[in-house]
Amino acid sequence: MTKEERLKKRNRAEKRFRFYGLTSILVALLFVVILVQNIFSKGSSAFKKTVITTEVFFDQELLEIQNGASQDEIIEADFYDIMIENLIKAYPAKDREEEDQLLKLFSGDAEIEIKKVFLKDNNLIGKTITLDLTASDDIDQLHKGNYPRDLPEERRRISDFQLVIYDYFVENKKISKNFNNYFFNNGDSRDPELAGIGGALVGSFYSILICLLLAFPVAVLASIYLEEFAPKNKITDFIEININNLAAVPSIVYGLLALQILLATIQLPRSTPLVAGITLALMTLPRIIIPCRASLKAVPPSIREGALAVGASKFQSVFHHVVPLALPGTLSGTIIGLAQALGETAPLILIGMVAFVVDIPSSPVDPSSSLPVQVYLWSESAERGFVEKTSATIMMLLSFLIVMNFIAVYLRQKFEKRWN
Amino acid sequence: MNIVLIFLITIFSISLFFYGKSKTKTISIKDNIKLNALPKFYGYYLVLWCSIPALVFLLVWSLFEPVIIKSIIIETAANQGATFNDKNEANLIYEKIKAIHLGTYFGDIDSILKESALAYAKFINLFTNSKVVLIFGIIIASVIYSLKKIKNNNKARDDVEVILKGLLFVSSLIAILTTLGIIFSLLFESIKFFSVINIFDYLFGTNWSPQRAFVRDASSITAAEFEELKDAFGFIPLIAGTSFIAFIAMLVAVPIGLFSGIYMAEYASIKVRRISKPIIEILAGIPTVVYGFFAALTVGPFFRQVGENLGLTVSSESALAAGLIMGIMIIPYVSSLSDDVINSVPQSLRDGSYAVGATKSETIKQVVIPAALPGIIGSVLLAVSRAIGETMIVVMAAGLAANLTINPLESTTTITTQIVMILVGDQEFDSPKTQSAFALGLTLFIATLILNYIAQRAVKKYREKYD
Repeated sequence: MTKEERLKKRNRAEKRFRFYGLTSILVALLFVVILVQNIFSKGSSAFKKTVITTEVFFDQELLEIQNGASQDEIIEADFYDIMIENLIKAYPAKDREEEDQLLKLFSGDAEIEIKKVFLKDNNLIGKTITLDLTASDDIDQLHKGNYPRDLPEERRRISDFQLVIYDYFVENKKISKNFNNYFFNNGDSRDPELAGIGGALVGSFYSILICLLLAFPVAVLASIYLEEFAPKNKITDFIEININNLAAVPSIVYGLLALQILLATIQLPRSTPLVAGITLALMTLPRIIIPCRASLKAVPPSIREGALAVGASKFQSVFHHVVPLALPGTLSGTIIGLAQALGETAPLILIGMVAFVVDIPSSPVDPSSSLPVQVYLWSESAERGFVEKTSATIMMLLSFLIVMNFIAVYLRQKFEKRWN
Repeated sequence: MNIVLIFLITIFSISLFFYGKSKTKTISIKDNIKLNALPKFYGYYLVLWCSIPALVFLLVWSLFEPVIIKSIIIETAANQGATFNDKNEANLIYEKIKAIHLGTYFGDIDSILKESALAYAKFINLFTNSKVVLIFGIIIASVIYSLKKIKNNNKARDDVEVILKGLLFVSSLIAILTTLGIIFSLLFESIKFFSVINIFDYLFGTNWSPQRAFVRDASSITAAEFEELKDAFGFIPLIAGTSFIAFIAMLVAVPIGLFSGIYMAEYASIKVRRISKPIIEILAGIPTVVYGFFAALTVGPFFRQVGENLGLTVSSESALAAGLIMGIMIIPYVSSLSDDVINSVPQSLRDGSYAVGATKSETIKQVVIPAALPGIIGSVLLAVSRAIGETMIVVMAAGLAANLTINPLESTTTITTQIVMILVGDQEFDSPKTQSAFALGLTLFIATLILNYIAQRAVKKYREKYD
């Protein structure tokens, strides 16, 4: 091999090596794109729901209440007959069998939806109005194009006759897509068309709030102690090693801790945001302390010495001068820690947040779900409608995380002082 | 009740602040003495003395009150003739008594329950009253003490700072308390578990099927059942499955992460680096439940489809899908750390290599990487510990049955999956099945601790070498 050939070979090796590096980065970036694209393409349709435009006639005989009845009377009243009478008029069905199939195209909440309209305006007796009633999950998925029509009938959840009705609806423009208010307002449900993340949102909010209230002050005080006051001795070293190790303990271990100490020993209520918040706070604490200490350390000693020189005590120099300067870094570290806590699932499953909760929690001691746990729960469900709901929940979760991370970066870039 | 107490303590503290401030001012004017601190520090001093002891007492009391009342009530119920065989039944009776007291119980109420509910009401009353009395006693005592101090013109600023410093120290102790809490809660249940199951049967058993451990009471099992139990908790399939999935993950994460790290540290322009580094780190910020969902619903079925087309049987919960997605999640842990590590290799080493005519890649392969090796190994070990502790991806995408297999297309299970499967939903406390989850947790905790320790030592040693 001549000198030139050898050089060529070495240069080729150089190019190859560089190419591997670039490819690895591109592969990683490609995966981010695939993941986001996959979630968005599956989930974006969940923000709309399919509605069937139906004419509803409030027949006095079927309702058995007078015009101008009180709210309580209406709430007590039975709207089932009204619902049935009006819904079967949506399509000229021939017999009971066909009527049953027709009724199955509407969501289980059709009666409540009609009642709600009546509650708003109780002079509707004897009048006919046009309502957009939520469609059942099957027809919702069909209308959104997530459901193949060309399967044989026995493998479909929708019968041939229901397809005929659906085509009739489409032809007469009776079917359309509206904003899916249920997705944001409702709690969990067995019916995909009625299930929403309202409960999970509130549960996550309470958990993160409790986590913030517990973890932030303790983390800031602890890092001030370790960075500014702690003498260099064995105890301080031990605390430091401890914090570093805690930050690397798998999150599921915190779930076991919460199960044994918070639930079994102290007997706090299961499945509640209170327990979730405490668990997440314990888990987030070391992850906040580490950036807090870094930002305290970044404040130059001249600041402290200046304060001490004009007669401030050690405490005053720290709390009046060092801490305010370190605050942007501290806050951004806290927000990033909270963002991690918001996406944490495993410990919450162990403390029972996987319970099926329909009601939206009104306080941190009510049983509740949380956003990531809702993702886990729905991903286990077989119905196709839940796939879309799960992806949409992930979209919500990711957008919260993105907003939190942007705030953290903004705080750091805007307010943090550079010392050199 | 607690909220009212906290509110009262707050009101007292605020009024004491103003009292202390004005009082010391008047004293200094009247007696014409020089105060040892600014008047507001006397206010702070009173506030701290008024609030901290009372709040600490309230917290401790609230933690222990329910537990103590429960044990008393269960004992009284037992004395009155209530029968229960184990802890679960005792808990049930206690819940009933509580519900009767609150008026939310609609079942049959016999005389024992009724008596116990009355006793419960009595104890609740007693405890609440004594709590209020004690808290007021504590507040009065500490306020009298602190008032006496400020009348003697103490050095209030110094005293306030001593108290606050104590508060700071206690905050930093919470990390230690958490560690202790973890160790005790894991050990407590694990010891119970290992008193039934021999630790060697656990460590070296090759069969994991905890659902067979239906026996509740460990003291009354027959010899045959005992044999069965002995055979149900073998750790080997779990550690094999966990290591296998982690291994697949590392096969993905190490090459991609390492090459990305090298490229970013050595080749990329500042602009490329500034954009690509945060984007890759997004991968670490995505919640793992999202990866799990993706692995279970997209990647798993995709692999099965591909396998079918190739004529292979691929489980839809294959180790390959879980490992691959876990590997992708771990890429940024490897890439960021190795990027940092490579950046801290001194430039002089590279310059020396260039000076003898080496190309850039030769310099990287023969000088930079050997120099950075301890740090890189440390970052890989950290990534491994992340992989074996990872829960959601494997819970959603890996299997539940413990198979001993090295075929990546079959399903395997992991330690974390089993912990979740055992503890999700209703558990019977005191059954070997529930306790086994804590034993698994302890094993996991120790394993990750060792890995982290070695990794941190390696990185630290390496840093010291070039600092």
